Amino acid sequence: MSLLSEHIPVLQVAVPLLSAPLCSLLRGVRLPWLLALAVSWFAFAISILLLIQVMDSGDISYHMGNWAPPFGIEYRVDVINAFVLLIISGISAVALPYARLSVAHEVDPRRHGQFYTAYLLCLTGLLGVTITGDAFNIFVFLEISSLSAYVLIAAGARQDRRALTAAYNYLVLGTVGATFFVIGVGLLYMVTGTLNIADLAERIRPLADNRAVQAGFAFIIIGMGLKLAMFPMHTWLPNAYTYAPSTVTVFLASTATKVSVYVVLRFLFTVFGPAYGFVGLTFEYIFLPLAILAMFIGSTAAIYQTNLKRLFAYSSVAQLGYIVLGIALGNIAGLTATVLHLFNHALMKGALFMALGCVALRIGAVSINGVRGLGREMPWTFAAIAGAGLSLIGVPSTVGFISKWYLILGALENSWWPVALLIVASSLLAVIYVWKIIEAAYFGVAPEGRGPVAEAPLEMLAPLWLMVVANFYFGIDADLTTSVAGKVAATFLGSGS
Amino acid sequence: MNHHLVLRVVSKLLIPFILLFALYVQFHGDYGPGGGFQAGVLFASAFILYALIYGVDNAREVLPPKALRFLVPVGLIIYALTGFASIVMGGNYLDYDVLAHDPQHGQHLGILVIEFGVGTTVAAVMVTIFYAYAGRTRDVDDEDW
Repeated sequence: MSLLSEHIPVLQVAVPLLSAPLCSLLRGVRLPWLLALAVSWFAFAISILLLIQVMDSGDISYHMGNWAPPFGIEYRVDVINAFVLLIISGISAVALPYARLSVAHEVDPRRHGQFYTAYLLCLTGLLGVTITGDAFNIFVFLEISSLSAYVLIAAGARQDRRALTAAYNYLVLGTVGATFFVIGVGLLYMVTGTLNIADLAERIRPLADNRAVQAGFAFIIIGMGLKLAMFPMHTWLPNAYTYAPSTVTVFLASTATKVSVYVVLRFLFTVFGPAYGFVGLTFEYIFLPLAILAMFIGSTAAIYQTNLKRLFAYSSVAQLGYIVLGIALGNIAGLTATVLHLFNHALMKGALFMALGCVALRIGAVSINGVRGLGREMPWTFAAIAGAGLSLIGVPSTVGFISKWYLILGALENSWWPVALLIVASSLLAVIYVWKIIEAAYFGVAPEGRGPVAEAPLEMLAPLWLMVVANFYFGIDADLTTSVAGKVAATFLGSGS
Repeated sequence: MNHHLVLRVVSKLLIPFILLFALYVQFHGDYGPGGGFQAGVLFASAFILYALIYGVDNAREVLPPKALRFLVPVGLIIYALTGFASIVMGGNYLDYDVLAHDPQHGQHLGILVIEFGVGTTVAAVMVTIFYAYAGRTRDVDDEDW
């Protein structure tokens, strides 16, 4: 087994990559799903091994094709990306058991092979972006994940044709984002002559005043800002999440934007370093106001939505605001909150979109009027929405509380009282939109003409409840996640100065 | 296109040479300019020329969409499996040194095999894209794709 353990960093990406074309050769409905499931679980196991290994014995470096860095491509795993890898593969491992019935219901049965191929490619891309230590390689994997994400979103067209325009819109904006990113990387390459991130970090420090480096910084931050749906570049997100098949929404909402946040963190802290003049300016004058606007405008927009998937999509915009706010605080507590919230938000939104997928399986469209009175007929599903909703609001004993606690600590550490108050105030907006759903489901009267609705099948409820329980488990016993996130934050802030 | 005698004759003359040149670019890519991507595009262009002159229906009989659906993933599988082969033979992923008895031959063999994978996928994808657009004027049964 020592042969394999030496190669686990590359197996993390290469196995999903190889399984994607194999999947497209498979016929029928069951086989592609089984393959995707097996690969997801395998990837999850690998990412656990990686995290254990880096926690125990430090960074892992894997040389692709045995070409030594900085000339060859290096896969570099440290605590930070091992944690993000765990989030991605973990969500995928939980989402796939759930996927079978949901995808069978929502996606054309003749296209399941292609659907799961795109899914596996998306997984490959996201894992690749995270694990690689090469700036250009990030771009390549980013494109793999994005192009397959467009396909996955467009697969919702059988339910609602608007999925096509949503996917097209995302394609245009996503391509702009990726182009900006690669222009930025190109500028850095022009100045430093290297693409390896560790090498780049070393060579860029003496070049702080270089105009090309500054322009590269701006291009990278804006490009990735588009990808992570940082307000006001979030316009692609609500439609993409709304019209995508439920499983795709679960997977993308919990992973795709998180990976972009990771890339931003990587460039801000590892490559440029907190000491780089522009970084501080970006935090205070760009990230801080945009994050606060995102928190309020995202949440307010969510209150007015009638489609529940769109409601939670806008809520994601607000939650990404919290993530960006943590970066803007620029201290250990704030950064811990950001890293924690990558994980915590994946848990909340994973659970919520899974629950909406259960509702969609039974009644089709998930509008606020459609779910009236459903709380009595689908008790488990709506109890899950209530539980994950509490976490979204940030009630103590849920993961949402832990993230907000660290955010507020970070704000107080900077003596930014108003910011701390705004965090609390924006949580109240979350109360309103979560309550709207609870009220409709439990106190509303069923619309006329709707027959009895059965509870969602156990096969979908089990993964859903696993996520809900995780929301509470990691909310009560936060030692594991906070220690990893704290370690990440300390590494980031220590690396530059 | 029956009346375009010159086009038909000239393209009939050219197509074998285009295919041959594509193979040259493919398999000489390790020593000269070229490689899998360029060769794949050249190879596909022969089929596209054929389809333009003799009609898409005839081209579909020569190179059926079902075969393309098979070839697109196969190229990628060849590439990825080469990587796994080098792990099995004791190197890092895609380390060609270990593929043959000495590193130089290993590198040679490795690049040849993965470029063949690239060429296969690129050629198949190019023709698939062409079919997809060329087929837009009439209704195409989804099964055929």
